[in-house]
Parts: sequence; C-alpha cells; structure tokens
Amino acid sequence: MIDIRNIRKVFNQGRPNEFTAIDGVDLTVQLGDVTVLKGPSGSGKTTLLTILGCMARPTSGRIFLLDREITSLPERFLTEIRRQTFGFIFQRLNLIKGISALENVMAPAYPAGEKFSSLRKRAMELLDMFSLTHRAAARIEWLSGGEAQRVAIARALVNNPSVIIADEPTAHLDTRLSREFMEIMKKLKEDGKTIIIASHDPIVFDSDLADAIVEMRDGKLVRVGATR
Amino acid sequence: MLQSIERQRHLIDFTLSSLMRRKGKNFSVLFVYTLVVFLLASVMFFTSALRKEAHLVLTNAPEIIVQRSLSGRFSFIPVDYGKKLADIRGVVSVRERLWGYYYDPEFKANYTFMVPEKLPVEQGTIAIGAGISNTRHAYEGDILSFTSPDGVLRSYTVKSVLSEESQLVAADIILISTEDYRVLSGIPPGHATDLVLTVRNSKEIATIAEKIKKILPDSRPIIRDEIIRTYDAVFNWRSGIMIVILCVALLSFVIFAWDRATGLSAEEKGEIGILKAVGWETSDVLLMKFWEGAAISLTAFLAGVLLAYVHVFFTSSALFLPVLKGWSTLYPDFRLVPFIDVNQVITLFFLTVVPYTITTIVPAWRAATIDPDSVMR
Repeated sequence: MIDIRNIRKVFNQGRPNEFTAIDGVDLTVQLGDVTVLKGPSGSGKTTLLTILGCMARPTSGRIFLLDREITSLPERFLTEIRRQTFGFIFQRLNLIKGISALENVMAPAYPAGEKFSSLRKRAMELLDMFSLTHRAAARIEWLSGGEAQRVAIARALVNNPSVIIADEPTAHLDTRLSREFMEIMKKLKEDGKTIIIASHDPIVFDSDLADAIVEMRDGKLVRVGATR
Repeated sequence: MLQSIERQRHLIDFTLSSLMRRKGKNFSVLFVYTLVVFLLASVMFFTSALRKEAHLVLTNAPEIIVQRSLSGRFSFIPVDYGKKLADIRGVVSVRERLWGYYYDPEFKANYTFMVPEKLPVEQGTIAIGAGISNTRHAYEGDILSFTSPDGVLRSYTVKSVLSEESQLVAADIILISTEDYRVLSGIPPGHATDLVLTVRNSKEIATIAEKIKKILPDSRPIIRDEIIRTYDAVFNWRSGIMIVILCVALLSFVIFAWDRATGLSAEEKGEIGILKAVGWETSDVLLMKFWEGAAISLTAFLAGVLLAYVHVFFTSSALFLPVLKGWSTLYPDFRLVPFIDVNQVITLFFLTVVPYTITTIVPAWRAATIDPDSVMR
C-alpha cells in the first residue's frame, strides 16, 4: 500500500513565478491494483506520479510505503527504494539513443552490481517476453514506435519492481499500439504488479483494467472512485 | 566485493558504449588532448635528453678552459702561456688543445676538427663521426677532402667511423693528427686553440680562474660548471624557449579543459536525468563520468607520450628543429640518445590526466544533482 497524506508540491517557492502543482492531496494506492490518474494537462497528474514514485519530494505532507514513512529519507535510500520498488514508463519513453535495446533494458540494474551474465539473461528474457529478441542488438533509433515502447516497458521491469508507474504512456501512440500497451498492462496486473497510470486518454481510463480512477484538476483531487 | 567489481564493470561498459556513440565529439576531444600531451611530452623529452647529453659530455670536460681574447674576439693562445698557468698553486696539469670548426658549403654543415689527446691519429688519416659518415656517405677507406686557408684541397683517408654513444659529441667530429690539422687550419706552430687545466681541489676553481685573469690579462678562463649552468638555463623547465612552448601548451589545455567543464550538452544532461530516474544514484553518474574522463585522458596521455617519444628520438624532433636548433647546421644528422626522466612523466600525468578527469566530473556533478523528476517534466 502506498499512502500519501496532505501532500503539497510548490515549484519556485518564494519567487514571483511560484506555482502550486499539488495542493493537499490524500491518496491510498492498493497493492495489486491498477490506479489511473485522470485529468487535463496541468492538473498535477505527473507531479503526483513523481511523488508516488519517490522521484521528487513533496513540499509538505507525508508518504508511506508499506506503512513505512519515506518522506524525509536521504537521496541514497530514496534512490534504492525507487530502483527496487518502482519501474517507470515515461511519456517520451526516454530511452537512451545510440546504445542497443538490450543495453537500455539493462541500464537500471547496473548500479546494483548484479553478475553480468545473469543480468543479461534476465534482460533477454524480458525482450523475449515482448517478442523483441531479434532486436536486442539494434540501436534505439532503429526501432519502430511499438518496439521502442515495448523496450521501455522491458526496462521498467528489469529490476522486478512491484509497482509500475506510467506517465501518459499512450500520448504518442496510435490506437492499435495504445490497445497493445493496455494488453501488456493487463498481463502485468495478472502477474501481481501494482500499476499507476497518469493519462487523459479514454483508452486508458475507460478500460476495464482500472481498479481505481483518481480525477484531478488544478492540483487537487476532484474525485476518487473505484470502477467496480 | 564482487558486487562492487561487477558494478564498476557495468559502469565501464556503459561508459565505453556512451563514448562510442558520440564518436565525432569524443575523437576530436581525444585528438586535441593527445596533441597537447604530445607537445608537452616532446618538450620534456627533448630538453631532458639534451641536458642529459650535455651533462654526459661536460662531466668529462676539463674543469677550466683558458682561451685567448684579443679585442673581445677569440684568438689562438701561445703554448708557452701554459708554463705560467702550471705555476699557479692548485693546478695539477695544463694541456694544449687543437681543434676548430670547418664549414662544408657543399653539405651546408659544420664539422668539428679535433686533435685527440689520447690515441693519436696517423698522419694522412682521419676518424669521422657517424653524422658526417651518413651525410657524406663516407666509410672506412674512403677519402675526404677539405680546403685549407691557402685554398689548397687536402685529402685524408677515413680510418674509422666513431661510435654513436653520444651523438651530440660524436656526430660532427673529425679526429685528425696534429701536423695535418696545423696545415688544414693554419694555426701557427707554438699556438693552440685553447689550454685546459685540471685542478686539485674543485672548490678552488673560481679562485684559480681569478688568478689566471691576473697573470694573463688577455686570457678568458671558462669554468665547466658555468657551461653546465648555461645548458641548464637554456633548456631547463623554467627558462628559455621551453617555458614559452610549455605555457602555450598548458594554456591551450586549460582552455580546452574549461570548454569541457562548461560544456555538458543538453543531450548529456537529459541522459543523466533518465539514468537518475531509472534508479542511478548521483554517485553512479559521477563514477560513470569519472571513467569517461579517465578513458579519454589515459588514452590521450599514452598516445601523446608515445608519439612524443617517436618524435623526439626517432625523427630528431622534426617539429622543433627550426625553433630549438637554430644552430642545427652544427649537426648534419642529430639524433638524441633515448632518455626519459620518470619524474617528468609523472609530473606530466598529474598536469594533464588528473585535471581533465576532474573537469569532466564537475559539470556532471552539477547535472547529477538535479532531481530525477526533471525527465518527467
């Protein structure tokens, strides 16, 4: 369970361009659920995702991961939690150009110092799971949009995280690839992963996969509801 | 322990593939860097080998040389001056020397003729240095001709070619008999080029030199230590043209390092953001950048030093010749004996590799401390 209490996130605090992205949000994400953050651009979805995924610290409020408070942990510990617990799928995929698909998948695991052969084997298994074995040595820029996205998902899974966080994953995909993405999420859910997706794409928030829809506007929760 | 080694291995792997994908940029950096190290190392090798060579020569040089000076110009010294010098307390021996230069207009080279004190040369024969042998394609048994001041061409048979132990000494030398040299040079009997003195106590050299000036006011005593000091002054780290070259090379290195320090591209910053977002710590990013700097600087250092070695000792410092050896006509083919001062190589390492590696880390540190959520925005 991820629990956030009275979270506020203010950018450029004390300056003329001060901006409150999140304003007093309380939210509980149940493990094993698919939670969709829904709302227009600028509503604070992405900022909330970064806080849930231990990428950014809130200006105020508290965060609990499995009943352990992690709000004020030093960066080192927060990074470790992020690496072990969360897998990220970014809106622009954020794959590293110029290196192979396989290297991209392996990159998040490098700091852990796992044995190269076992890490490579695991990364190849992930690529195989997404039918990308034949593209393992290909550079990222040589991949099609769908292939690149599957590489990004494989990368998110390489450290075997329990939570997958996806930010507008279908924003740059056509309908077919968007549905394909949701199919993959479905499989991951079946494997017991917790999934948090920020999206304003109906293919995502209208899908029967979502267990909870969190609607946001102007940095506040408008509505939190279960889909079933 | 194993985990830590694997981590380093992963980071090095990633660094190398990172470097390979920015081939153009990194090869140009490597090129400039190698060039700077090459210049610095060439100067170092050249000067230290030259000084080493000079020391080799001068260690066996006489402690005091006495020349005669008339109207401020060199003049042949009467041999009987030696008797007056031998009477000075502390002087062990006085010997006369016959030697001089000869300009060969055909090969545009200067030779040094010398009458050896030991192992006298037979009349009608000469022994020549390796440089002259190469330039004039003259070997044992060949005949070489030189013109004497009276315009007569005089021929001598080459008896032997001198060894190459020290090219600085041996390259341009021609050993000749006393009789032949007097005829060839026009030095009148009873005169010598200079007189050399050995003294009992080296601490008294300066005092003896002063006495010589008093007894023979037209003489000019030259002390060995002065010559060594002059060589040092010209070719030392801290002086002469070396400092100019070093300063230029170091300045270009500073500009180059500064450019690196301030020039982390948006793409590189973006990548650091991605790596942090997917679970890399600041220290992982810094370590990667450290390996990146180390890979480039070590490669450039080794390549630069190696090229400088080849340049100085195999191509006779071809690039420096016009600058450093304005007097190069003295030496038809001048090749330094390979000599490397390990301390200088270590100094060069700390002057180049260490600052460069640090300058690659500094901008990365700035980028690595950004919040990982920057890639989400």
